[in-house]
Amino acid sequence: MPQIAQILETYASQFFWMLLVFGILYFVIGRGMVSKIDANVEARDRKIADDLAAAEKARAEADGLVAGGSDALNAARGEAQAKAAAAKAKGAKDAEARLAKADAEISAKLAAAEADLAKARAKAMAGIENVASEAAVDIVAKVSGAKVSAAQAASAVKAVLS
Amino acid sequence: MHQFQIEPLAKLDLFGYDISFTNSSLFMLVVLAAIWVFMAGGMKRELVPGRWQMAVEGVTGFINNMMSSSIGPEGKKYVPLVFSLFMFILFANFMGMMPIGIVPGAHAFTVTSHLTVTAVLAVLSFGTVLVVGLWKHGLHFFSLFVPHGTPWWLLWLIPLIELFSFLIRPFSLALRLFVAMTAGHVLMKVLAGFVINGLNAEALWVAPLVALPSFILMIGITLLELLVCAIQAYVFALLTSLYINDAVNLH
Repeated sequence: MPQIAQILETYASQFFWMLLVFGILYFVIGRGMVSKIDANVEARDRKIADDLAAAEKARAEADGLVAGGSDALNAARGEAQAKAAAAKAKGAKDAEARLAKADAEISAKLAAAEADLAKARAKAMAGIENVASEAAVDIVAKVSGAKVSAAQAASAVKAVLS
Repeated sequence: MHQFQIEPLAKLDLFGYDISFTNSSLFMLVVLAAIWVFMAGGMKRELVPGRWQMAVEGVTGFINNMMSSSIGPEGKKYVPLVFSLFMFILFANFMGMMPIGIVPGAHAFTVTSHLTVTAVLAVLSFGTVLVVGLWKHGLHFFSLFVPHGTPWWLLWLIPLIELFSFLIRPFSLALRLFVAMTAGHVLMKVLAGFVINGLNAEALWVAPLVALPSFILMIGITLLELLVCAIQAYVFALLTSLYINDAVNLH
């Protein structure tokens, strides 16, 4: 085996080169590059953790806002309902009042109209009595030749009509 | 066995020691370059990572997780060491499996199949445990050898066994990696020899009867070896993190 046969003649060379190469490897790559890469990985991990924390905080804030918003919404809805109910009640009262007033006016007008009607009827009645008594006087004169006084005719017509 | 041969590419000398630039050194540099390229591809450091950056972050995150799960928050300090060990072993293992042999004259070399290299890695791991343990706990570190609940009449035996198991760690670390790489590569070499010699055999029945099953088996063994490459790197990193845990938290 050359590894054992050659060990005495090559150990110094291998030793020297091994230490040289491993020294460079350790100090340049092991201590230099690895620590830089580690720092980079750590920075990334920290950034991710920070971002996650920020997102969590924002979510909690949004949850709070949503809860507050729904409270406000409920309050506003309640208020609106109360206002609508009040408006409805007021509207009903107004309508009632107006209806009552209109009713009163209409019944007043009706009463006046009835009074007018009664007067007109009385007048017409009187007119009819006159015409009838006159006609009765004429008819009696024509038919029987008897003279009937206007007063007699009028009382007779009155008795018939009433 | 030629694949484990170390060939000098350029002669170098330092204080009487032969530190020639060899194919082993070349592959160490190739491994280093490959790791650097891989890591550099993920250095854009964007907030939203691309695919390459994702892969790089996956590897660093893997080591980070391993350290924090086996040591705890204090494990962060040892991430560079374990990361370097893991990446070097992983890339060296994979680099040794690269099909560079299709280029005539070139062949892949597995850096981690040499005891000297695995010993250096194991000593780095073991030395860190010793230094951290003694630095953090002083002489109290030696309470590591007396586990909780040891009956007093076993105090002469348990610390001895614990000490022995502690001292054996670097050898087990180094030998495990060395043996896994060597054995896997030797097995592949043997099967490849069956395929080639079977095809070249004069008797015609040898090729379909020996070379073909060997070839099919070799595909499976190659996949298994790729798995072993990753597992060995993982095992080395995991054991190192567990040993450092002993030093940091005692037990």
